[in-house]
Amino acid sequence: MDSGVDDEGFIRLDGVEKVFDVRKRTGFLRRERREVRAVDGLSFTVARGEMVGYIGPNGAGKSTTVKMLTGILTPSGGTLRVAGIDPARERTRLARRIGVVFGQRTTLWWDLPLIDSYRLAHRMYRIPDARYRENLDRCVALLDLGALLDVPVRQLSLGQRMRGDIAAALLHDPEVLYLDEPTIGLDVVSKARVRGFLRDLNAERGTTVLLTTHDLTDIEQLCSRVMVIDHGRLMYDGPLAGLHEAGESERTLVVDLERELPPIDAPAPARVVRVEGPRQWLAFPASASAADLVARVAAAYPLVDLSVREPDIEAVIGRMYAERAGA
Amino acid sequence: MAEGGAGTGARAAGERGAAAPAGEAFPAGGGDGRVRAGLRTYGLIAGMWIRSTMAYRASFVMTVGASFAVTGLDFVAIWLMFSRVDALGGWSLPEIAFLYGLCGVSFGLADLAIGSMERLGRRVRDGTLDTLLVRPAPVLAQLAADRFALRRVGRVAQGGLVLGYALAALDVGWTPLKVLLMPVTVVSGAAIFAAVFVAGAAFQFVAQDASEVQNAFTYGGATLLQYPPVVFGQEMVRGVTFVLPLAFVNWVPASYVLDRPYPLDLPGWTAFAAPPVAAGCCALAGLAWRAGLRSYRSTGS
Repeated sequence: MDSGVDDEGFIRLDGVEKVFDVRKRTGFLRRERREVRAVDGLSFTVARGEMVGYIGPNGAGKSTTVKMLTGILTPSGGTLRVAGIDPARERTRLARRIGVVFGQRTTLWWDLPLIDSYRLAHRMYRIPDARYRENLDRCVALLDLGALLDVPVRQLSLGQRMRGDIAAALLHDPEVLYLDEPTIGLDVVSKARVRGFLRDLNAERGTTVLLTTHDLTDIEQLCSRVMVIDHGRLMYDGPLAGLHEAGESERTLVVDLERELPPIDAPAPARVVRVEGPRQWLAFPASASAADLVARVAAAYPLVDLSVREPDIEAVIGRMYAERAGA
Repeated sequence: MAEGGAGTGARAAGERGAAAPAGEAFPAGGGDGRVRAGLRTYGLIAGMWIRSTMAYRASFVMTVGASFAVTGLDFVAIWLMFSRVDALGGWSLPEIAFLYGLCGVSFGLADLAIGSMERLGRRVRDGTLDTLLVRPAPVLAQLAADRFALRRVGRVAQGGLVLGYALAALDVGWTPLKVLLMPVTVVSGAAIFAAVFVAGAAFQFVAQDASEVQNAFTYGGATLLQYPPVVFGQEMVRGVTFVLPLAFVNWVPASYVLDRPYPLDLPGWTAFAAPPVAAGCCALAGLAWRAGLRSYRSTGS
């Protein structure tokens, strides 16, 4: 549609900065001013049709980036283009081509039945009737919204509301979909349904998806590429497997033995990191097989129960950051 | 809705210069398209709320009745006062009713059209303003139409009733000019109040707890105008004339219609100054709104 928009750099950030002036009240009238660089020289591109995980600890600059990509916030520096459009200058024009789902805040009309939000979108986005019908039917079927259409949004559960929000963001066939924590607070079934839907959307319609999340499973199941941001800078950009290596992330095997025993003599590189009565914690590289370790421990020790804990994203990033600071 | 249009119009006119490409979003044409987009958005959202209200007709009739009765008590208080005195600062009960009715209808119309704006501060605080910014429609129109409450016609109707009583009870020497001045005054007054609503909302971008301050100017201003200017101090009247020109909502035009001395000895032609004053207010409010939204988009809070 727009000449000069290459599919490789469908979303393009070049040295983007966002500086906030934070004022803290220190007395009745005295205020302290402090500059906070929420985003600090961020550069990356996302190709059309890519599905990218955008992760980082709280306050890392994820939401600020998404707000700049949608045109809510104006960058303090650098250039930013989405589908060839400068979001801050042409916010309303861009709005027709993007869909946004904020995990914590609904874009639905709170006191009205769900269907009213969709009807309004139909008119507001000027979606052709046939297209609207088709998209709505598809979303209703795949996200199981049929019984919810006449229910006021405020009466929906978190998972129902999230599904409703995702449908609302997709009725106008956006080329880009931003999802901010789309599975936060959802039960296992809802999570699986949302993930399946997003995977199909990306595969069938080629919608570009940028996903911020705390849940590594979201990334594992959906994204071939992950970007890690911390302190407003890009720390990592690549496949998820590489992230585990870069962060030297470890999984933990928790075993309950029949009785208190000295620390298990685990095969390297696994090692016991904690002992508490009959329960012991063994750390091993995330890339190694758990089955092998379990088999060897079970053969030599009286096992009652065991569980494997996945690496915590915050911990992975924390280690990565410490490493980089030390280098 | 005329005043809502005036407000968005002022804003669109301001925005055209700075962000020319924004016009492209509405191929219908330039800044004009922006006004049209605002009105269309307003109509869509307000229509949605009206349909939703009408789903419960009995409840709607009851709330309109309640709104009518509550605002009506307001005038009963004045009426009771006149059972003790014959005049207030030289103004008789029907004359006061004339002031009250003009102000009531103007304020009622503004409140009906864009009274929802006062919720901006809360939206900034809880972050839901962002959800309006990602829609392809002007934020001002979305905000003004949100929770459009048709029950607020109760206030307009009550003001109209009091105005009707005043017109019946008063012996006005009607001239064509005086007749013309009536609708012009009501519309201009509504636009002035609408400008105060928009400016107040714009202020909430900076101070999110300022909705009470805004209420002081809107509801407070409307209450003030129910009494003749002579009962207030000169400084107050000056402020309400030259700083926040609420005097043009009713005091000045009513003085002309009722052949009374003007507040502050203003010249006679000022009775007809309400439309330009209203236009100026809307333009200033539009600029304030634009500045407020720009500040929000650079600070995110």
